[in-house]
Amino acid sequence: MLELRNISYQVEDCRQDILKNINITIEERFVAITGPNGGGKSTLAKMIAGIVAPTAGQILLDGEDITGCSITERANKGIGYAFQQPVRFKGITVRDLITLASGKQIGITEACNYLAEVGLCAKDYINREVNDSLSGGELKRIEIAMTIARGAKFTIFDEPEAGIDLWSFNNLIQVFEDMHQKINGSILIISHQERILNIADKIIVVSDGEITKTGTRDEILPGLLNTTGAACRTLMDKLV
Amino acid sequence: MDKIQQTLLEQIADIHSVPEGAYNIRANGTLAGRNTTANIDIVTKEDKPGIDIVVRPGTRNESVHIPVVLSESGLKDMVYNDFYIGADADVTIVAGCGIHNCGVDTSEHDGIHTFYLEKNAKVRYIEKHYGEGEGTGKRILNPTTIIHVGEGAYLEMVTVQIKGVDSTIRNTEGDIAAGATLVVKEKIMTHGTQYAETNFSVDMNGDGSSASVSSRSVAKDSSVQCFRSVINGNAACSGHTECDAIIMDQAKVTAKPELTANHIDASLIHEAAIGKIAGEQLIKLMTLGLTEQEAEEQIINGFLK
Repeated sequence: MLELRNISYQVEDCRQDILKNINITIEERFVAITGPNGGGKSTLAKMIAGIVAPTAGQILLDGEDITGCSITERANKGIGYAFQQPVRFKGITVRDLITLASGKQIGITEACNYLAEVGLCAKDYINREVNDSLSGGELKRIEIAMTIARGAKFTIFDEPEAGIDLWSFNNLIQVFEDMHQKINGSILIISHQERILNIADKIIVVSDGEITKTGTRDEILPGLLNTTGAACRTLMDKLV
Repeated sequence: MDKIQQTLLEQIADIHSVPEGAYNIRANGTLAGRNTTANIDIVTKEDKPGIDIVVRPGTRNESVHIPVVLSESGLKDMVYNDFYIGADADVTIVAGCGIHNCGVDTSEHDGIHTFYLEKNAKVRYIEKHYGEGEGTGKRILNPTTIIHVGEGAYLEMVTVQIKGVDSTIRNTEGDIAAGATLVVKEKIMTHGTQYAETNFSVDMNGDGSSASVSSRSVAKDSSVQCFRSVINGNAACSGHTECDAIIMDQAKVTAKPELTANHIDASLIHEAAIGKIAGEQLIKLMTLGLTEQEAEEQIINGFLK
């Protein structure tokens, strides 16, 4: 269970608070955060992973205050984080990253299984360098495969659908549906996609640094869709 | 051979016992072992220190090991090694030098290697440099490599210097005939107050010739590196040079490319990137549970792999 207590975040050069007194408790298996761009969602994700420190408030993991813990300490306590924009490395291979993510020496078969789960043909990718030669969509899937290999008890995904083409999107939904079934812990997913929101146990709407709504998908989703313009709704229908 | 020399050999040539095929092992300035084969001859020079390595035309899938080890503090060693590679031969040559200096005097090895590749010959040349020893004496290696790549021939040179060499000036010159290719890949890591200078100069003289020179390096502590790469396109040819360096601490890295096209169909490219380890790379690995130091090691190991 993850708890955010009175979390605020300000930066010196910015008059507006980026996060204002956020209080969230996440104990469900699959929680989605949604809301307009620039509303503070990614900052919140980075704060949970320890990349950004709050200016006020506390973060608790299973009752333990982890506010002062480093990124590494939080990772070792069971927080996983899939970046919105995955990082490229020169010389480090897909296999290296999956092995590091799993935290132990794993065989090639096991590493390949993680790739297969995100729809990548393992033999084409396992020894590839995670560099500029990979497309944004391929990187995204490798990022998700790493997260599966880590198997953390609390995993954050920051817009996993960003950069994924429509054809791959259906597979991605399948990945999250499978994860929802298998996960031993919680997934927090930042997303704008209705089909991802649709499998969430709880939806949190963050806007202008504040939580504007929290509830089950049945409570939140209809309201969100009604605020979407007609043209956007047509597009959404085509997407799904 | 004593234990120290054996360790050096392992580091520079992955040799655990007597290598297969032709070899010439030089230890503390003298011959410590040699083997020739029906196709590869090794002859001691008479006018100056060094050897001639003669590979017969058509020799296939054979290797030559010519490692040098120095374990005597204060020794200054200089050799001239010439490689004559016959037409259509296809061989691997493993050179390299390891210095163990436990004294206060400077130990230095300067090797001048000249390659003559005949028509359609193919060579993979690997050169590793390594230094160790607890003494305050400097460990210096200054290799010069001169490469003449004949028509349709191919030479790939991989040089690696990862540890323990206080000062190195490496000069590599090449001329490439029609349809021939020269590929040079360099990997360097410097630390402490080490100095590493690399000077490449390549002339592409024949139509259809190509050259690729790439350097990946990591400069730590207060070490200094300088990478110069001169590529001259004198015919319809393609040349590529690349310098990619990670800088850490108070280190300094200079990259000086110089491309000259002397022919309308010469196509030349230079790429250079120098910078510290990207913060997001460290953060990514830390979110996998690595400490900052472990993340740094992984990034550098991968970069120089």
